[in-house]
Amino acid sequence: MRLPCKPCSPKYDHGEVMSEQLIFKHSRPGRSAPGQYPQAVASEVPEHLRRRKRAALPEVSELQAVRHFTRLSQLNFSIDTHFYPLGSCTMKYNPRACNAFAMLPEFLGRHPFGPSSSGQGFLECMFELQEMLKEVTGMKGVSLTPMAGAQGEFAGVAMIRAYHKARGDLARTEIIVPDAAHGTNPATATMCGCTVVEIPSLANGDIDLDALKQAVGPKTAGIMLTNPSTLGVFERRIQEVARIVHEAGGLLYYDGANLNAILGKVRPGDMGFDVIHMNLHKTFSTPHGGGGPGSGAVGVGQRLLPFMPIPVVGKENGVFRWLDERDLPQSIGRLSAFMGNAGVLLRAYVYMRMLGRAGMQRVAEFSALNANYLLARLRQEGFDAAYPDRRASHEFIITIKRQARELGVTAMDFAKRLLDYGFHAPTTYFPLLVPECLLIEPTETEAKQDLDAFIAALVSIQAEAEQDAAKVKGAPYTLPVRRLDDVRAAKQLDLTYKPEVQSA
Amino acid sequence: MSSIPSDLKFLDSHEWARLESDGTVTIGISDHAQGALGDLVFVEVPEVGKALTKGGAAAVVESVKAASDVYSPVSGEVIAANEALGAAPELVNTDPYGQGWLFKIKPANKGELDQLLTATAYEKVVADEAH
Amino acid sequence: MPFIPHTQADVDEMLAAIGADSIDALFDEIPAALRIKSLAGIPEALNEMQIGRLMQTRAQRDGRPLNFIGAGAYEHHIPAAVWSIVTRGEFYSAYTPYQAEASQGTLQLLYEYQTMMASLTGMQVSNASLYDGASALAEACLMAVRAHRRSKSARILVPAAVNPIYLEVARAIAEGQNLNFEIVPYEPGSGTTQPASLDQYGGQDITAVVVQQPNFFGLLEDVDAITDWAHTNNALAIAVVNPLSLALLKPPGEWGAKGVDIVVGDGQPLGVPMSSGGPFFGFMTTRMEHVRQMPGRIIGRTLDLDGKPGFTLTLQAREQHIRRSKATSNICTNQGLLVTAATIHMSLLGSEGLENVAAASQAQTTKLIAALTKIKGVKLAFSGPRFHEAVLQLEHSVEPVLEALARKNVIGGFDLTRRYPELGNALLVCATEMRTDEDIATYAAALQAVLAQV
Repeated sequence: MRLPCKPCSPKYDHGEVMSEQLIFKHSRPGRSAPGQYPQAVASEVPEHLRRRKRAALPEVSELQAVRHFTRLSQLNFSIDTHFYPLGSCTMKYNPRACNAFAMLPEFLGRHPFGPSSSGQGFLECMFELQEMLKEVTGMKGVSLTPMAGAQGEFAGVAMIRAYHKARGDLARTEIIVPDAAHGTNPATATMCGCTVVEIPSLANGDIDLDALKQAVGPKTAGIMLTNPSTLGVFERRIQEVARIVHEAGGLLYYDGANLNAILGKVRPGDMGFDVIHMNLHKTFSTPHGGGGPGSGAVGVGQRLLPFMPIPVVGKENGVFRWLDERDLPQSIGRLSAFMGNAGVLLRAYVYMRMLGRAGMQRVAEFSALNANYLLARLRQEGFDAAYPDRRASHEFIITIKRQARELGVTAMDFAKRLLDYGFHAPTTYFPLLVPECLLIEPTETEAKQDLDAFIAALVSIQAEAEQDAAKVKGAPYTLPVRRLDDVRAAKQLDLTYKPEVQSA
Repeated sequence: MSSIPSDLKFLDSHEWARLESDGTVTIGISDHAQGALGDLVFVEVPEVGKALTKGGAAAVVESVKAASDVYSPVSGEVIAANEALGAAPELVNTDPYGQGWLFKIKPANKGELDQLLTATAYEKVVADEAH
Repeated sequence: MPFIPHTQADVDEMLAAIGADSIDALFDEIPAALRIKSLAGIPEALNEMQIGRLMQTRAQRDGRPLNFIGAGAYEHHIPAAVWSIVTRGEFYSAYTPYQAEASQGTLQLLYEYQTMMASLTGMQVSNASLYDGASALAEACLMAVRAHRRSKSARILVPAAVNPIYLEVARAIAEGQNLNFEIVPYEPGSGTTQPASLDQYGGQDITAVVVQQPNFFGLLEDVDAITDWAHTNNALAIAVVNPLSLALLKPPGEWGAKGVDIVVGDGQPLGVPMSSGGPFFGFMTTRMEHVRQMPGRIIGRTLDLDGKPGFTLTLQAREQHIRRSKATSNICTNQGLLVTAATIHMSLLGSEGLENVAAASQAQTTKLIAALTKIKGVKLAFSGPRFHEAVLQLEHSVEPVLEALARKNVIGGFDLTRRYPELGNALLVCATEMRTDEDIATYAAALQAVLAQV
């Protein structure tokens, strides 16, 4: 059934645009917020080590600082203010409760090196989080220490290498990566001293099994996969892939960036993966924070249990403590000075407790419903899907290739014009395999009416592109800045404010 | 469509080589390559004296959207690098076969030049890639 | 169920538009054998009231003991304004600024942060953060190997007085790329690294020398001599610093004749609570000539189509999403929210504020040492100039003493026994500006009582 699209127009009509000066422009010598620091006392520093000239930090009043940063925040799009369908990033609602309870003063004020005896409350939360993550992913062990997905990937590949080395299998230095993979995958393989072997994806989005069979051999350490893949489709022959790699002696690594699509429906452990990383700031709704902090907890199967990064929470006779190199002598080691992003982990814990068993299963169901609905409706409105014969997972790809060819309007132009309509753009130009692509991930927390408004906006932009391509190509018009000169940014590097150089 | 000087030889990875009258070889990237990369913001040239092998990574050209390795079409020792690209990397965009040269080599084996594509053969490679 | 807004009417309409009979049908591409049967191990959902109660109970169990540990994470006053602004939805729930026009708030803040960190450390450029101080050190060593074209050895000299956990992390991260870390012992009498102990490496191919200021024992190193030694021996100099200490101490950009090459550390002392171990953030600053080798995000200022200044991610060609297997690092998501906190914190305190906090912390540590060494059986290990930490030596095993102190609600210090056995029964104590004279008296009384019973 085809539902009519309500007409709509861009949000702002060249109205007032906000801007905010650099904080250094608000500074005046001698100004400060004296209520925030103690009186001066003499310090004892040998002359030759003493700082002579103060750093160029702001000199502002407390109100000026508060006003400046509050105004800066108002220049941002965020989940709290805008629909943010950034594919592969899972921009779902960050529940306020997670923040409130993670920031209880007792958790906030605890030093990480305090004795376990005075941290049982915190450690119990961490232990239960490990257990829940094991259950929902089908893995045998979980380490919470990696501080982001990329660090989790590093841990995963490092564990695979450690496993082969422990068995004397020193020739295994190749990591197989599909060409659709996220850039962190090959970058990680290199960081672990491995070489990357790339295999192609088929036109329908699945891996080329023949190419895989050719690629595996005695040098194969493992394969890095995400399922569903970055193309937004489920790798249907995953069990076959696992068999091929395992038979060749390699291990399987699961990139958990797309876990939201299968949470509660399928478990990576059941698919045959030996090690996984999860992005807690995606699937488990910890805040994206303008670029982190994330958490890249890793899960392992039986084979890799001895190699988990430390520390890991253990429980003995009802008492919780940190397990370290004495308990896990074959561990790949520590990835952080303490134990990972504790505050992020507490937020993930609260979120998982609030979802509970039934809620966990609903995540994949409703993220798939929202994605498939958007896909179906956009196709009905004339947009081209990259994989029209496949179900969307929790995300899907629309290609603007035709509009680029016929109208000269690109995916980037659509993305920028969406900003004027009050929507953050989807991910653009990733995965690299699909030209002029928009990778759209609505997540399960968006209501139908907001999805419909997004569809209406895209329909409207398509009409604008047909009638007045230049208008779309010049977008955005209603934001603090127009499109920025990236070439100038990279050639004429201006990375810090220098008062004597800049007048603006 | 660029007009490729006929005295140039090519790798199918878009590098060109020109045998000079003094026996040295000048190397750069093609007009097609610079167009695909977009405005260059930085070029990393090899150090004078460095030994390069044919097909080995020799330089890096960086635009806003990519940082690509440049492979040497021939083996030999680097005898000069285009210092002008430090302040003006855009020379590679505006004059890829002339002032946008990247480095010069004293070739170890002149025979390697014969293994490269002629200008006509390279033009065909580019035309085929467009489909 | 929580956070999912769909009504049954919504679901019906949406399924009709898709042309599917049920939500379950949307998963028909997944082999039936793989579908989860049950998630029995996940407990039933709690509503917000219930989870709030549970978290309060657990928090109260841990309580608020009096903290005297530093060892890389420090308890400082954080103005209330900092986190009330940081947790605004526009900062909290935004993501990486891929669409620069819609992220000018975050981007401008990061540019201001880069400016402040470069100035604080005396260097020319900063990135927009790494995960923490330890992984930042690993990245600095990898960067030194990339940037130092003439050195082939990948040998990094690390004083034993550098935070040993940082070294463990550097090994875990960088040994996969064939870096070799060699330890330079400290002088037992002073607890500091003597430049003369580097002489055995003179004339060898050393890629970089690391020095931490103050060192892990809280003591001030001869950073000028060590930096100059590195440069004389054609090695890069990497500094690991506490950013708060830089309000009092000469910044690494001014060490020795030329200043160091790379500076790293943990920004936690600047507006980030200890929070049981994280999230913190790693900072990295360097010379302009090395900027292309620096990992992590970098923000640049440029002009838009109308000639108006604006901010954007730049030099992205070095990063994983473009350079892939040849990237400077695989880092993607970093620690953006904490950088936001630090930038607001530095703006509220300014240089004068940071100076006063640093000086007060040093003064309180001096008082702490005086009070504790009055107790029989407690000795100060090293008497040289320090910042705000000190090594104390006891006549008894440290662990049971710390446990007994914890039962008296005092977190006494970091046990050094395992990592520095040569120091005997040693612990690392710290007092910041938050430890009042009363707090110190409380600790002294508790320690006296505990030692009397051991």
